[in-house]
Amino acid sequence: MSMIVNPSRRSFIQGAAALAGATALTGFGAAPAFAAGLTVGFIYVGPKDDFGYNQAHAEGAAAVKAMDGVTVIEEENVPETVDCQKTMESMINFDGASLLFPTSFGYFDPHILEVAAKQPGVRFQHAGGMWNADKHPAHVGSYFGYIGMGQYLNGIAAAHATKTKKIGFVAAKPIPQVLLNINSFLLGARSVDPEITCQVIFTGEWSLAVKEAEATNALADQGVDVITCHVDGPKVVIQTAAGRGAFVCGYHADQTALAPEKYLTGAEWNWAKVYTDMVKTTLDGGTIDNFVRGGLADGFIKMSPLGPAVPDAGRNQFEAVKAEIMKGGFAAIKGPLKDNGGNVIAEAGQSFVETDVALESMNYLVEGVVGSLS
Amino acid sequence: MARAPDALDRRIEAFALPLGALAVGLAVFALFLMMVGKSPAEFYGLVFKAGFGTAFSWENTLARAAPLLLAALCVAIPARLGLVVIGGEGAIVLGGVAAGAFGMHVTGLGSTLGILGMAVSAICVGGLWIGMVGALRYKRGVNETISSLLLAYIAIALMNHLVEGPLRDPASLNKPSTAPLEAAYRIGDIPGWDIHWGLVIGILACIFSFVLIERTTWGFSARIVGGNIRAAQIQGLPVGWLMAGFCALAGGFAGLAGMIEVSAVHGSANGSLAGGYGYTGILIAFLARHNMLAIIPVAVLLAGFEASSGLIQRRMDLPDATILVLQGIVFISILISETFTGRLNLSRLWRS
Repeated sequence: MSMIVNPSRRSFIQGAAALAGATALTGFGAAPAFAAGLTVGFIYVGPKDDFGYNQAHAEGAAAVKAMDGVTVIEEENVPETVDCQKTMESMINFDGASLLFPTSFGYFDPHILEVAAKQPGVRFQHAGGMWNADKHPAHVGSYFGYIGMGQYLNGIAAAHATKTKKIGFVAAKPIPQVLLNINSFLLGARSVDPEITCQVIFTGEWSLAVKEAEATNALADQGVDVITCHVDGPKVVIQTAAGRGAFVCGYHADQTALAPEKYLTGAEWNWAKVYTDMVKTTLDGGTIDNFVRGGLADGFIKMSPLGPAVPDAGRNQFEAVKAEIMKGGFAAIKGPLKDNGGNVIAEAGQSFVETDVALESMNYLVEGVVGSLS
Repeated sequence: MARAPDALDRRIEAFALPLGALAVGLAVFALFLMMVGKSPAEFYGLVFKAGFGTAFSWENTLARAAPLLLAALCVAIPARLGLVVIGGEGAIVLGGVAAGAFGMHVTGLGSTLGILGMAVSAICVGGLWIGMVGALRYKRGVNETISSLLLAYIAIALMNHLVEGPLRDPASLNKPSTAPLEAAYRIGDIPGWDIHWGLVIGILACIFSFVLIERTTWGFSARIVGGNIRAAQIQGLPVGWLMAGFCALAGGFAGLAGMIEVSAVHGSANGSLAGGYGYTGILIAFLARHNMLAIIPVAVLLAGFEASSGLIQRRMDLPDATILVLQGIVFISILISETFTGRLNLSRLWRS
C-alpha cells in the first residue's frame, strides 16, 4: 500500500520505463498494420518492357513501388484466360495482396468479375473504364484516360513535319478506342493543313510484329512520311518507319530512344500519377472512386518531349493547342464533319467534347482517312 | 549392337526414360540457375509450393491443366499414325467460335441440349479443320506439320473476322465478342472445387483415346499406318480414311477444348480464345511420348510449372521466360532420351 501513497524513486523509474516501452511497442505495432499492410499487385498481358501498353503500366507500378509502406508485386505475359484468374488469386493467397491492378482490357469480363465475386475483401482496379454501377460490384473499379487528345496533338506535330501531305496509322483493330485515335490524329493534322490525308492499315491483332512491320513498309511505299500507331507495342512500327526515313509519333509510352532524330512527339499514359493517387487514397483509409476518367488536364495523359524535327511554327502551335486542351471542354470531333463514306457525323455548330460518351461507340472513319472498317 | 529388348525391359524403359530425362532436365536447369546466381533449392521449393503445395495450388494447377489435356490429344493421336500435327490452336479457336455462334443463335434449349449442341458444333468444326490436314496429307502429299501450322494462323484470322464482323454482339464495343451465353449454356464448377468440369471431360477423353488406340482394331490399324505406311497399304488398310478420320478425331477434341473455354470460362467467343493452349499441347504430347494416359500426369506437371511461374517472378525477381527455359530444357532432354530407346538393358542390369 505504501508504494502508492509514497512511490519510491525506483518504482517511478520502472513505471516510466514501462510506459515508454508500451508507447514504443504501440508505435511499432501500429506501423506495419498501417503501412506495410498494403500489398499491390500488377498484372500485364505482355512483357513489361514492350515500349508500349504494358510498359506504360509498369512505369506506373514503379512509381507505386517508390512509395513508403507499399509492397508491389508484378506478373507479366498473363493471357486473358483462366490463367489470369489464377494469377489474381495467387497474389491474394500467397502474397496477401489487397489491391490489384489487372491492366489488360480483356481481363475485366469475365476474369476480374469472377475473382471479385469470391474475394470481397480485395479491391480490383481495371484499366478500360467498363465499370457499371448497375451490373458490377462496389469493390471493383475501372478507369481510363482521354488519350485521343494526345493523338490530336500528334497530328499537329505530324502536319508540320510532312512533305507529301500523307500521314499514316498502323492500327490493331477497328474498335471505338482505336477509331477515335485515328480520327483525332487526322483532324489534328487537318487543323494545320486541310489537304492532309491519313492512310490507315489494320493488322487485326494487338501484338503481331510481322504484320506491323509489313503495314509500316506498305505505308512508306505509298509515300506516307509521318507514321503513328495504336498497337500494344509500338517498337516495331517506330523502328521500321524511322528506318524507312519517315517521321514517327509515339503512343502508350515514350519511344524517343528508339528513333531520337525522327520522333516528333507521342501520346503517353501517365499511370504513375493515377496509380500513386489511388494507392495514396487507399493508404489514407479512403475509397477509390469506381469510375475514374481524365485527360491531359487531369494528368492521366502526357505528351513526349517534342523532337528536333518539329519546326518552330509547329512547336508554337502544338503548345498553344495543348494549353487550349488543358482548359477543358476541347472538341476534336466537331461539325461540319462527314465520315469517309460521305455520311454526316456532325452538323455545323455541333461538337463532341473529349468527355462525350457518344465517342465511346465510334464506328466511323472521318473524311480524309483512307481505309475501311471491314 | 541394338537388339530387341524383352517385354519387361520395354515396360521399365517406358517409365525410366522419361523420368530420367525429366530429372536430367531439372538438374541442367539447376546449373543454369546457379550460373545466374539464383538458388535452385529456392526455385524448386517455390515451384512445389505454388504448383502442388496447398489446396489452392492444386486448384490452380488443375484448372490450367484442363484445356491442355484435349490440346495434347490433338497432337498425340495423329502422332500415332506418324503425323506431326502442330496446329491444334486453330481447331481450338474455331471450336470456340462455333460454340459461341451456336449459343447465340439457338437459344432456349435448356442446359443439357444447349451444352450438347455447342459441343457437337465445336467438335464438327474442329474435326473438319484438322481432318482436312490429314486428307490433304494423304490425297495431295501436303506436309501436315506445315499445313496445320499455317491453317492455325488462318483459323485465328477467321475467328477475328467472325467475332468482329458477322457474329459480333453490337454491345461488345472495345472487346468484340459473340453475344454472352445464357446461364443455362454455361458449364459450372465441380462441386466443392474451384475447377470446371472441363478437367473431367479431358481425363475421360484421354482414357477413351487410350482404349481406342491400344485396345481396338481401329487403333491397331492406326498404329500400323504409323509404323509402316507401305505395310499398311499392302495389308489393304484404308490408309487415307484412317489418316483423315483420326486427324478429325484429334481436331474434334481440340474443338471441344475451345467450346469448354467458351462455356466454362469466357462466356462468349472472342480473341482471348487464342491463349496458346494448342502450342503447350505439343510439348505435353511429346513429353508423354504420345501415350494417351501419360498425357494426364504430364499435363498436370506442366500446368504446375505454369502455375508457379507467377510466384517465381514475384519472389525471385526472375523474368516470365524462366519457366519457358525450364520447359525447353526438359523438352530437349526428353527428345535426346528417345535416342536411348531399346538400348538400355535395365532389367538385365537389375538381375546382374
